[in-house]
Amino acid sequence: MKTLRRRQIQDKIMEGLLVVSTITVLIPLVIILAYVIYHGFGALNWSFFTEELGSPARAMQGQPTGLVHTMIGTVVVDFIGLIIAVPIGVGAGIMLSEYPEHKLNPVLRIMNDTLNGMPAILKGLLAFALIVKPMGTFSGLAGGVALAFVMIPIIARTTESSLMTIPWSIREAGLAIGLPRWRVVLSTVMPAAKTGLVTGFLIAFARAAGEAAPLMFTSFGNNYLPNHWTGMIFGPVDTLPQRLYSLAISPYAQWHQMGWAAAIVLLSFVIILFVAARLLTRQKNY
Amino acid sequence: MKDTTKEILERPLHGVYRWWGDKLFLTISVILGLSIIALAFAMAWVLFKESSLALNEFGVVGFLKGRVWDPGVNFVFGALPFLFGTMVTSVGALAIAFFPAIAIGIFVGEYAPKWLGAIIENLIHLIAAIPSVVVGIWGIFVFAPWMREKVYMPVFMWAADHAPSLLPIVGTPIGYGMTTATIILALMIIPYTTALTRDAIRQVPKEQREAAYALGATKWEVIRMAVLPYARGGILSGAILSFGRAIGETMAVAMLIGNKNTFPFSIFGPAATMPSVIINEFREAVGNLHLSSLMAIGLALFVISLIVNLIAAFIIRKYSITGGQAV
Amino acid sequence: MQKRNLRNVLPFMVILLSMAVLSACGGRSGSETSEERRAARAQRVDILGAGATFPAPLVTAMADEYRQATNGRITINYQSIGSGGGIRQFIEQTIMFGMSEAFLSDEVMADIEAKTGGKAFNMPITLADVVPTYNLPGITKGLVFNSEILVDIYLGKITRWNDAKIKALNPDVNLPNIPITVVHRSDGSGTTNIWTSYLTRVSDEWKNRVGMGTSVNWPVGVGGNGNEGVAGVVINTPGAIGYNSLSYALLNNMSFGYVKNAAGNIIEPTYAATTEAANIELPADTRILFTNTPAPNGYPIAGFAWMLVYQNLEKNNAISNQSEAEELIEFLVWSITEGQELSEGLGFARLPDAAIERNIEMIKQLKWNGELIGTKVLDRVLSL
Repeated sequence: MKTLRRRQIQDKIMEGLLVVSTITVLIPLVIILAYVIYHGFGALNWSFFTEELGSPARAMQGQPTGLVHTMIGTVVVDFIGLIIAVPIGVGAGIMLSEYPEHKLNPVLRIMNDTLNGMPAILKGLLAFALIVKPMGTFSGLAGGVALAFVMIPIIARTTESSLMTIPWSIREAGLAIGLPRWRVVLSTVMPAAKTGLVTGFLIAFARAAGEAAPLMFTSFGNNYLPNHWTGMIFGPVDTLPQRLYSLAISPYAQWHQMGWAAAIVLLSFVIILFVAARLLTRQKNY
Repeated sequence: MKDTTKEILERPLHGVYRWWGDKLFLTISVILGLSIIALAFAMAWVLFKESSLALNEFGVVGFLKGRVWDPGVNFVFGALPFLFGTMVTSVGALAIAFFPAIAIGIFVGEYAPKWLGAIIENLIHLIAAIPSVVVGIWGIFVFAPWMREKVYMPVFMWAADHAPSLLPIVGTPIGYGMTTATIILALMIIPYTTALTRDAIRQVPKEQREAAYALGATKWEVIRMAVLPYARGGILSGAILSFGRAIGETMAVAMLIGNKNTFPFSIFGPAATMPSVIINEFREAVGNLHLSSLMAIGLALFVISLIVNLIAAFIIRKYSITGGQAV
Repeated sequence: MQKRNLRNVLPFMVILLSMAVLSACGGRSGSETSEERRAARAQRVDILGAGATFPAPLVTAMADEYRQATNGRITINYQSIGSGGGIRQFIEQTIMFGMSEAFLSDEVMADIEAKTGGKAFNMPITLADVVPTYNLPGITKGLVFNSEILVDIYLGKITRWNDAKIKALNPDVNLPNIPITVVHRSDGSGTTNIWTSYLTRVSDEWKNRVGMGTSVNWPVGVGGNGNEGVAGVVINTPGAIGYNSLSYALLNNMSFGYVKNAAGNIIEPTYAATTEAANIELPADTRILFTNTPAPNGYPIAGFAWMLVYQNLEKNNAISNQSEAEELIEFLVWSITEGQELSEGLGFARLPDAAIERNIEMIKQLKWNGELIGTKVLDRVLSL
């Protein structure tokens, strides 16, 4: 039988261990963050936001180059993904939460989780087979579809769980005053769960915005802005994660610098989305 | 009077508005839900179809057991180096990440004051949001060179002087390699594992703790005997999901593992994983067989991910009282 | 409630706003009337190419230059995805032209001829050269190698720097007695293709044991990822030998060796020597490897980088109309003539006249629905 003293010492030791391991883990993680922020802001300059990339010779000869086309492309491709993903994800979420007795739900839930756990690169391969090959060219649309594959399972999941938080009594109240089920869902349940829904969209959007792997064989990359705006959708488009990758593995020091700048822009974009999502959830704790 | 109003309001609508409306709504929801199922099957089907050439050529077992990946001369493709690389890096990453992640989860949930817990938790979420490529660029320009100078070179030099027989196992310290990739992977999954652990611990009912305290247990004893056993299902499935995440992690690994397609791998030396070989060679592949072999690796990745996710789902269902609402 | 609503939409508003700002920055502002601008925009053409990494700095610089020369009318988007990728996407018809450091195999050529009713043309755009780079304390550039030494080193037969064979070629150099660390590319690469094609050409043993390709099964050595990966290992490891493109070795101040060529002359790698290597009797389709070149003053470890185009341009799914095809041809003509001016400044060797002549012959045969638009474009350009 251990004495009380020994038990208390053991308690203190464990507490100390937990504190130490928490700190040792947090330090490298914070270092990554700090390093990217420090180095990234140092590499930013005005032409980064106004010029196109062009050839490495431009950067090596000190001419202004930038990633304006990449940032626009990122926004376009990400939004194409969101526009495709929201209806599908929300629809599936409604099916899971509002029709809990539906026979397909267990299958849907497992498939959705599996899809969510799939490496993003496989989603890129799928979009390549479904969009790029039939269309005959790499395109922003294909990139958007690949990102939609990333977003859909997340949106379905978050939609389901945020609709679930709305008490059944609200639905019953709606049904009791004679509203049909679809009106109950659309006009009572969904508005009540609005915050949760939007948070889910934001999280999915942020996750997809950071993905490079699905874009390598779909939106492909471009050194310039397309000449027509349709080129953003039907032609190859540059996106930040994919451009960041190719800058980082290039052999040019100037491009490495630009890679840091791209990293901080991408990181800020993603973090703003996440912070927005967290602020939303904080308002409504569930 | 009331009843008549209601009837008047309802009757003309009854057919279209209510019945058809509901029917239509359900149908649309189900179609959208089905499209997700279809997506999963489409993925399996595309991967299967595209990989059939390679699988017919080498056989499923032969492909998985093949040790040679030679797209240049003999056109022989075997997935074993990549299976091995993926397993070693993912298991290694999980081994590194598991206990620290649980420690943070416990610390945040049980020990830390509320304000500190909130800060750490937000920080963890923030770090989880860092895109893979951003971690990758840090790895390429900061972490890998640092590891080479401070860790690999000293060890390598020591081995060269004292134990030359170890050199092939240690491998050439070029900075990019299996160890670098494993550590980076561990850093990347820690936030994820932590978040899942935290969720699992949070779901332990208060009464459970209070009962243990009432018996005179110290804080650690409460955690060990009342909290952890209760949360073990969630923690375990969280670890498995993190493992799945590590398996599929692509960009940071591809940027840091050094991309060596053939055995032998060494501890510090370059290697490759299934996602990294796909990302590196998919755009480069010329031969149909080469492309098909890459797809076959994608298929293997699909199957492994599926199994991992099913196991995690099973564990959640088995242990949890809430019915599996993690993440 | 009002406040909450606002917060809900705030993130989207921010995104939309930034989108608007970004596109405003990106838009070409100018004084032309909207009518003129619309007309100008209608004439604009995007040309998509992809392939080899090695010529990418040159091709993208050509794209910059050409875009300026045409006042932004023609944009050439070249993505470096590797030689293999260039060939693959060319076959898949997702790009308008491919670029590769390996020419199309007979099999692929026949396949394309059967499918499109026309040939696939391999047109040399520039030259690639690979030099042996090394790290020997106290020894700068100029160590002399011959084919036998390089093969033996890369087969693991010569393991020390003071080997008799190396000494025999470098009698004046004080070679240290340290082990040789062989370094090679770990990723698929056109540089490897040229290097191994040289070793294959000069040695039957290499040919049978290892062969040539963008990535091979190396008998010995450690891998480095990319040009910089190989350079990194070589620079950090005394006694290492690797191979890099000449421009990369020059740019990074690496020591590199001279190589004895087939004619028995010791050749210092220079752009001129590389150009000289290709100044030989070329076949009509230019599909030739001239590693170990017979040219007496040519550097032996060099090869072409080819641009891949379909003879029947309308059969390429990536090209949607005749004007795109004509613009592609015009760029092609420009890149083998005026575009070559950019070469030395960027670390590339110029095409020899023989290759330009062959290119012109091929361009003349380019067709759109049977019409010889190649000849048409050539006439138009030459008459200017």
